[in-house]
Amino acid sequence: MAVRADIVVIGAGIIGAACARELAGAECSVTVLDRAAAASATTAHGEGNILVSDKAPGPELDLARASVRLWPQAVAELGEELGPRLPDIEWDRKGGLVVATTAAGAAGLGAFAREQRQTGVDAQPVDLGDVPGLEPNLSRDITAAVRYPEDAQVQPVAAAEALLASARTRGARVRQATAVLGPIRDRSGALRGVHTTAGPWHTPVVLNAAGPWAGRVARLLGAPVPVRPRRGMVLVTARVPPWTVRHKVYDADYVATVADTGGESEETTASGALTSSVVESTAAGPLLVGSSRRHVGFDDRLRVDVLARIAAKAVRLFPGLADVPVIRAYGGFRPGVPDHLPIIGPDERVPGLWHATGHEGAGIGLSVATARLIRQMILEEPPVVDPRPFRPLRPGLAAATSTGAGDTDRPTSSSASP
Amino acid sequence: MREVVVVGGGPAGIGAALAALRAGARVTVVDSAEHLGGQYLRGATRTAPSEAPAPPAPPRACRTPSTTRDRLLRAVDTVASHPRSTLLTRTSVWALEPGGHGPTVRALRGDADGDRTPYTLHPDALVLAPGAHDLTLPFPGWDLPGVYTAGAAQALAKGDGVAVGRRAVVAGSGPFLLPVAAALSGAGADVVGVLEAAGAARLAAGWLRSPLAVLRDAAADRGGELAGYLAGQVRHGVPYRTGTGVIAAHGSDQVEEVTVASLWADWSPVPGTERRVAVDAVCVGHGFVPRLELPIAAGCGIGPERIVGVDDAQRTMVPGVFAAGEVTGIGGADLAVAEGLVAGWAAAGGRHDDPLLRRAARIRARHRAFAARMHSAHPIGAGWTAWLTHDTLVCRCEEVTAAEIDTACARTGAGEPRGLRSIKLTTRAGLGPCQGRMCGTALTELVRRRAQHAVSSAPVDRRPIAAPIRLGELAGLDAPCGAAATGPTTSPAPARETGHHPSHHQGGRAGARPAAPPVRPPEGA
Repeated sequence: MAVRADIVVIGAGIIGAACARELAGAECSVTVLDRAAAASATTAHGEGNILVSDKAPGPELDLARASVRLWPQAVAELGEELGPRLPDIEWDRKGGLVVATTAAGAAGLGAFAREQRQTGVDAQPVDLGDVPGLEPNLSRDITAAVRYPEDAQVQPVAAAEALLASARTRGARVRQATAVLGPIRDRSGALRGVHTTAGPWHTPVVLNAAGPWAGRVARLLGAPVPVRPRRGMVLVTARVPPWTVRHKVYDADYVATVADTGGESEETTASGALTSSVVESTAAGPLLVGSSRRHVGFDDRLRVDVLARIAAKAVRLFPGLADVPVIRAYGGFRPGVPDHLPIIGPDERVPGLWHATGHEGAGIGLSVATARLIRQMILEEPPVVDPRPFRPLRPGLAAATSTGAGDTDRPTSSSASP
Repeated sequence: MREVVVVGGGPAGIGAALAALRAGARVTVVDSAEHLGGQYLRGATRTAPSEAPAPPAPPRACRTPSTTRDRLLRAVDTVASHPRSTLLTRTSVWALEPGGHGPTVRALRGDADGDRTPYTLHPDALVLAPGAHDLTLPFPGWDLPGVYTAGAAQALAKGDGVAVGRRAVVAGSGPFLLPVAAALSGAGADVVGVLEAAGAARLAAGWLRSPLAVLRDAAADRGGELAGYLAGQVRHGVPYRTGTGVIAAHGSDQVEEVTVASLWADWSPVPGTERRVAVDAVCVGHGFVPRLELPIAAGCGIGPERIVGVDDAQRTMVPGVFAAGEVTGIGGADLAVAEGLVAGWAAAGGRHDDPLLRRAARIRARHRAFAARMHSAHPIGAGWTAWLTHDTLVCRCEEVTAAEIDTACARTGAGEPRGLRSIKLTTRAGLGPCQGRMCGTALTELVRRRAQHAVSSAPVDRRPIAAPIRLGELAGLDAPCGAAATGPTTSPAPARETGHHPSHHQGGRAGARPAAPPVRPPEGA
């Protein structure tokens, strides 16, 4: 049976959920398709970061700043719309504290924060003497610290489920366990829908929000984009007393790791992972200790060298945490793009196809502004930020897009499709 | 010489170690307990059999039938004293890393709250025999002190000779309830009843479907074991009731009473049959859950019934990795030993036409048939959720109630499935210290039932960190610039432990710590 919708969103992760909500709110008939369960892949394997602190001035920071403005509004609206049905999304504007551990690191962090301040980011240098007051358990061996009060956190699965629930109240439909098989095109080659495992879906607009699998979906629909999985690991500890760690605390090399192109560096482990230290508490009590970045396709096997490096860096920042048991580790796949910018907008090669993907590790934070931007572009409203740097066929991606490079994903063992 | 690592020192692991030694391999047995033997021999191996005087005979009803137990005790002795074997007791495997030449075993030796020594093992072949843990379905009041899993109660009785209460009721389903009751009686408790949820008709249909096979088992030892327990119950005057269950426990600081009810065939309570019974201990077991985290980490294929798939030689899908015992299907000690023998022999590269193997395979076939009858006699009844109240805790670690899970299931649109992972992360069910070992089955069943059909995105038994490891211990494994503490060696011991044959012969008191994963015993603490 053929089904019609104004817009079909592929992927019920946080990006798809946020886009569905925005578009359904604009009185479009929206269907979200997910080949598995909603909010179960990349969205369920991250820390829930909403950050400006790790972004250098440029288009991504602009998008992040828009998101930081939009999130509190979204949280309030979700509360009103959903009331008691709202899962607790654990919105917490806890603020970030970025620290350096060397003299060179201190200089780099200072310069980075200065540039951010010029674009309006609230980046507050902290006197080393004031650091213990902010983070009593932090190592005294740090050389610089910058506080970012705008940084926040949500529980990402709860947030995605809340956005989806809101989308549903606005009339959107969500079809889980429904995979896209291929395009439906008209004579001109324009996309007119998708074939799925649940039959054909007719629609003039298909939005590819499939996260790390967006490269596959795009190829299936005839317009490859260079999104490839970048593996990340996070450790979860047993509960610790409240206020053991107050901010999202990370060392300044995190900034370098995020921007790194994947080459060898001092911080690369034996199995080729980039790691940096990110330590933060959660509302439920456990600490999250991250994180690593590694290009291994969809290989989800555990690497002890990566976990050990993450732990070593965390203990260097918080020596008192050495005795805290790690009870779980989870790994996910981030949607990585060669130039480290998300891909947002219409695909000129296949009319009707849009993308909202490639947010790497920042998708939770960037979701609400991405969704707003998508809605504004589709409805031809003035955009919240300049969308041009994110367009799918931008010069920065030309090489990767034309050669199809980057799509090195290969299915492996157990749950390549978590 | 082939290096075989056996994870798990229960009946399956002992069988595997014995056969691998006989086939000429070097063998390392890793177990989290202080003594080999697993739950089955708990308390029996606290001193080395060869050194200790014969232990005083336990009360008859407390004794497991002599044949299997005695054979296993001798096997433990052989394995422990063999020149080619190394015992790593008090050692937890916290991770398995798949690799090109088979998995690497990452283990920690020592008390969880003290200094522990890391071990990294690179065996030629790996036998996974981690066993199973108790399955206890939630019911109102099951978090009260005085409510125990059947296995925890048995462990205390067998290991320390301590009865969990003066007046106890044993409830749940399966033949395991009988030895639990026997152990409690043996430790001095007054067992007021053994309540089997399965109805008499179901039991008869399951157990007697093949009367000839039951007779054959009786003639061998298995049926004899059961008959012995039943006879023991009768002798002790312990009523054995079928089609009956404990559906609630009551008390303020401690269990004081239970509600007992007749159950329909699907285990939902028959209205009007409820009655209160005064007890100070409740021991409940609805079966067992195979410990799958290590097989999953190794990359083994897991069947829809959540057991490891193996071939006739106990080989898993992963080259060099074998599985034996309860992880390949719950079947008891005899089946575990037989599977272990086959697995250990094959792992060591033994000839496949050896008489030892043929005999083990024969025993395995017979006990698999027995296990199949057991499963058909004691399936979990689909109606158990009827005894839940809205405030019944399903996940005790994170204190998540049945109502909260219902709400999470109902949050999506009508008829929409829900992902288990999303339910877990939005309610926190299964995310606590036990990592879903206690509540995983119940949670999966609840979600499957309440959300029509769940899109299972992550099974509850996938746990890459198989046992807690302290952040500092993990940091200690960070070895930059190839200064790895872990050469390509197959030698299991790090320098300071090499050649040391540890604690098995040291005697001393057996700890009450449960084997392998840190399932919180249900004292409600």
